[in-house]
Amino acid sequence: MVLLTRKIEFAASHIYHNPNLSAEENRRIFGKCNNPHGHGHNYTLEVTVEGEPDPVTGMVLDLKELKEILEGEVMQRMDHRHLNYEVAELAGQIPTCENIARVIWQLLEPKIKQGRLHRVRLYESPDLFADCYRNGAGAAGKS
Amino acid sequence: MSDALKIELGRRYRFSASHRLHTPQLSEEENWRVFGKCNNPHGHGHNYVLEVSMSGDVDPATGMIANLVDLDAFVERQVLEEFDHKSLNEDVPAFREKVPTTENLCIEIYQRLRSFPQAKLERIRVQETGNNSFEYSGENLEGNRS
Repeated sequence: MVLLTRKIEFAASHIYHNPNLSAEENRRIFGKCNNPHGHGHNYTLEVTVEGEPDPVTGMVLDLKELKEILEGEVMQRMDHRHLNYEVAELAGQIPTCENIARVIWQLLEPKIKQGRLHRVRLYESPDLFADCYRNGAGAAGKS
Repeated sequence: MSDALKIELGRRYRFSASHRLHTPQLSEEENWRVFGKCNNPHGHGHNYVLEVSMSGDVDPATGMIANLVDLDAFVERQVLEEFDHKSLNEDVPAFREKVPTTENLCIEIYQRLRSFPQAKLERIRVQETGNNSFEYSGENLEGNRS
């Protein structure tokens, strides 16, 4: 099995706020991420696909195809958007790295026909990221 | 559907420390042969990057596996306070007996972080320089899964 990773970047705004909690609780739990007018990040997304290289093309999947999937599913949906208000799949969820990574997995997984989605890693900053795997798959692809 | 997926939170920290690779179990010549310039008697240092991966359920109320404020404070207290701008050989008791290679550093840090109450420690990755890094997931640790 070979793993192939493609990286893209997008910029988006968000706010962490749970309407079921009081203003004080929101402030205590989310800190400055609760600023009422929101804030933004340059997100880096790494998408890893696993599979066997095709004997004819030598490819796990065609990178052009992956690029188009990422453009259609992620860039058009999230780039230069407000994640709370403009991304239907995140409605009602706090748009943390954990939740965004899961939504991106759910968007990409059915679209990848060659190979199989192995990992979605979403960086909110160079020092903070979330990984999403299929349950049972280890970080190094062990199952 | 989300039960079919596993989410991990990854966080990076930085610390700078000195070390010397040397073991009293070998002769001076053997130490030099095995460890090379890392055996220099006065030690040397690195800017280490520590990557901590935690797994757990994402709390629907917060969208988080663990609150970063809690994780940062825990890592600060358990590791960074004792390691940053220190001599690993002299200032960290575990390395009075063990050679402070980055392999051993990973194991030591794993042991210090596995008691984090809000999430499960999955993995430690330590980058010693931009060109080498080491990972440890708790294998063969006493009292842990193999």
